[in-house]
This record gives sequence, C-alpha cells and structure tokens, in this order.
Amino acid sequence: MAITFAASSHATVRRARPRGRAVRRNLTGWAFAGPATALVVGLSLFPAIWAFFISRARWNGIAPGVQVGWSNYQRLASDPDMLAAARHTLLLTVLFVPSSIVLGIVIAIALNQRIRLIGFYRTCIFVPYVASAAATGILAGFVFNPQFGAANDVLRHLGIPQQQFLESPTQALYVICVIALWGEVGFTTVIYLAALQDIPKELVEAARMDGASRWRVFRHVTMPELRPVTVFAAVWQTITAVQLFDLIYTTTRGGPLNSTQTVVYYIYELAFQTQRLGYGAAAAYLLFAVTLLLTLGIIWYSRRRGSEVF
Amino acid sequence: MQSPKRRLPFSAWHLLLMPLALLFVLPLVQMVLTSFMSSAEINQFPPKLLPTSLHIEGYRALLTETPALRWFANTVLVSTVSVLAHLVLCSMAGYGFARLKFAGRGVAFLVIIATVMIPIQLLMIPTYLMFARIGIVDTLAAAFVPWLASAFGIFLMRQFFLALPVELEEAARIDGCGTWRTFRSIVLPLARPALATLAVFTLLSSWNDLLWPLVAISDDNRFTLQVGLANFQGMRRTEWSQLMAGNVLATAPLIVAFLFAQKRFIATMTFSGLKG
Repeated sequence: MAITFAASSHATVRRARPRGRAVRRNLTGWAFAGPATALVVGLSLFPAIWAFFISRARWNGIAPGVQVGWSNYQRLASDPDMLAAARHTLLLTVLFVPSSIVLGIVIAIALNQRIRLIGFYRTCIFVPYVASAAATGILAGFVFNPQFGAANDVLRHLGIPQQQFLESPTQALYVICVIALWGEVGFTTVIYLAALQDIPKELVEAARMDGASRWRVFRHVTMPELRPVTVFAAVWQTITAVQLFDLIYTTTRGGPLNSTQTVVYYIYELAFQTQRLGYGAAAAYLLFAVTLLLTLGIIWYSRRRGSEVF
Repeated sequence: MQSPKRRLPFSAWHLLLMPLALLFVLPLVQMVLTSFMSSAEINQFPPKLLPTSLHIEGYRALLTETPALRWFANTVLVSTVSVLAHLVLCSMAGYGFARLKFAGRGVAFLVIIATVMIPIQLLMIPTYLMFARIGIVDTLAAAFVPWLASAFGIFLMRQFFLALPVELEEAARIDGCGTWRTFRSIVLPLARPALATLAVFTLLSSWNDLLWPLVAISDDNRFTLQVGLANFQGMRRTEWSQLMAGNVLATAPLIVAFLFAQKRFIATMTFSGLKG
C-alpha cells in the first residue's frame, strides 16, 4: 500500500492509476508466489551453483579452500574407488529398472482383474512402498540373516544350500536390488494400474470381436497405450536406482569389501566421513551430469519411437 | 477379462497373486511379530514366525536405553511442519503462478521447474555449509527447512488451479472479494483433493527421509526416527527385538494411515507418477 501511494504521488493524475495498479498487481503476485519461490531457489538453484565452485576446490570445510580448476574431475576419472562405485551403480540400475518395469506391468495386469480378494491383494502389494527405506534395510538384515533368517529357511525347505546373502561380496548387491524391488515395485504397479484403467474398454472389446487373441490384444492394443507410462517409469526408476542410499546405509554400509559401494554412497563418505568436500562435490556433479544424460537419452529414444510423454 | 477355461474352482490369477501378496506383506508381519519376541526365540533356527507369548522387552529396552520416544516426537514435529508449510506455501505459489499476472512470473516458474532435476546428492554439501554458516546445523530446523516448499508441490498445485473453471473466482471478484479472500474462501475449499495429495506426498517424503537428516544432525537428542534407528542398528546389530520394535515405531504410523486412506495414497502415487 505504501509503495502504491508513493508511486501515485509522483506521477500525473492520469498516469497514476494504471501504474499504481501494475505495482499493486506485481506485489500481490509476488506475495503469493514469492515465499515458496525464494525457498526453492535458495535451497536448490543457489546451492547447485555453489556446489560447482566447491567442486573446483580442494577443501575440508574448515581451512580455506584452494582453487584447483578441473583437477578434481580429472582425478575422478582414474580413481579406482570411483570406477568401482560407478560399476556397482550401473549394475544396480541395469538390474533394477527393467525388473521394476516388467514386474510392475505383470502385477498391474493381475491386479486389474475383477476377482475376489482383489482389494486385499492390492493392499498387500502396495504397503511396502509406504515403509521407509531405512526400516526396510533393517528388516532385510533380519530376513536375510545367514544364521537364522527366513530367507535361508525357505532355501532349506527347497533343498538349496544356505547362502551368505548380504555378507557375501558376490551376492550383496543382488540382494540389495531384490530388497529395493520389494520396496519400489508398488510404485510402478500403481502407475501401470492407473494407465490400464485409462485404456478405453471399447478398444479391447473391438479387437476381441475382430478375433484377436488375448496375446495379440495385449501386444497391439494394451502395450502401445502403456508406452508413455513406461517412458516415465524408466526415467523415474533410473533416478531411484542411481540415487539409492538409505537401503545401502542400513544393510551393508558399502561392504562387504566395498562390493555395494555405489556412487552416492561414495559421495557421502567423501564429503561427510573424510571431509573431502571439493572432491565429493565433483563426484556429485559427475553423477548429476550422467543422470541428466541418461534421462534425456531415454526421452530421446522414446520420442524416436513415436511416443510423447514429456 | 475372465479366465477362458474353468478347470480351477477359482480364477487362475489367484495362483500368481496369493504368493505375491504374501511375499510383499509377510516380511512386515514378521517384523511386528519379532518385535514381540525374546532374544532366545529370535536366535533359533529354523525361525519361528509366532512368539510363544507377548514379550515386550524389546520395546522396553528400546525406550529406556535410547531416546527413541524423543526421536519419534522429532519426526512428528519435522513432518508436521513440513506438511503444513507445504500446504500453505505451495498452494499460494501455485495459485500465483496459475492465476495472478505479475512481472517475472514466467521466468520464476521456469527456474522452479528446472530445479526438479537437481538431486539431493549435489545439494547436500553446499546446503550443509550454508546451514552451518547460519547456525542451524544440528537443530530440528535443519531437518525441516529443506521440506518447507518444493518445486513438485508448486507444480502440482498450479496444475490443479489451472484446471479449475475461472468463473467462480470472477464472480467473487465482482462481489468485491480481494485476491486473498477469493483464494482463501473460494479457491482453497475446492482444492481439497489436491491439498490431500500434496499432504500425503510431503508426509511420505519427510517422515521417511534418511540421507539429509543423517548429514545435518549429529546430536542424539535431535535425531529423527530414521536416523536414530540407522545409527542404533550400526551399534547393536544383534538386538533384533529392539531393532524390530524401532522399525514398528518408524513404519506403523504411515502404514496405519495408508490402510485408512488407501485411495488418497494411491492417488498421490499416481499423480507423482503420471504428472510429476
């Protein structure tokens, strides 16, 4: 109000009202949008830019940092720990993303049937998604405990030798992938279920009337309708897999023998266990760039295949 | 679709769904049952699913030997502040971007959308330093400040307001309502479904967050439940009844909320899935 008044007192009477109104409109607009915008910019855009400058320094957060140009990035390229972490993240992503999509489609189709108990099935399958990854990790440590865990008990009943699971360097990453799927498949299932329910019934019925087999209907009617959701799920699950941290922290903490140390876990250790802030920030930027490229790659590929989702 | 040949007295889909449902829900059931077992019962092989009698030692030890109740209260506080702030700030900003015309609106919205892709791993180092400088590291504020508003929340609310018919607001204007009154008494009551979606989304994210509070808080008494449990587990890998009791404390509130408001949760998952 004060500003409106000041503005009108300086202007001629004829110009004052529209100008005052414009100021007032801007003020009202920013009063609504400003606080949230300031928070988002201040807590993501600003730190993201700052992180870039940190990534070009050698800095432990206490003594003054030394600008070192691109050398952090150059060192990352030949850091054996980073390369191993990248390999683990890649393996996890390659296993997790397609599995969560295929399982999501299969379970969504099953849950889309009109049969008894379907409400019960849906509740059971979605509920792990609500449990925190930290709790899921702790629970997994119990279920996959080599001495008395339920997983080994099941293997015993099936006549399969007992396994070390999370305590074995060759198995731990695969077990973590299974646990992540247990927690996240509910999400892909829900979005596929929604997409299935959006497919016009007439489309399926018409194809059936024309004599198409169930498989052909699925292949040529249902699948194309699901494609946009698949693109989205691929992007989302790729981000989920690349950023997986909580589960690793509460199951193996990167072990045994660093076999589950992923890039994100490595960044956490660099920055907050060994205080190498510049080097950690460089690794984080590299991870961001790769994730962005992967995402754009998936979108580009899907566009070329003729589905537009973004 | 109906099953083609009825050889089974029930649909063949049950053969897939029943084992799947059990696979998803049994670990959680075991978690609850184990939290009521004694250590002796837990450490035997083959494992027993049911406790012989109700042992509450796990809970008692957890609550007396750790500040778990404090962690629980901290988590409740952090989540409550996050949800309320999200509801207020994101709905206001969403309305501003959807309906009000002001200088810089387009640019500001573009910047907000561009931040969606920036991951927490990139932000945690500078945010930690920033919070250290303003002196809120190691306080509960450090845990909730990043959750006060989000690009996703602003986007969600803006999309909802854009889809509302504008006539009601125009009528309110003609009747002499100012922008705030129109927003507060005409628009917000219509936005209940979107607000509920936003609340569930924020609750899930802030309640379950581990990485950020782990970084930002190192004082035991200010841990959130997730951080407290993760650290407790690091120290006592074998106290399974206590760990499972803690897990129950950490997951039960959201699971119960999910069971009561399943439709709302699923709408939230679908929205973040299809439009996020």
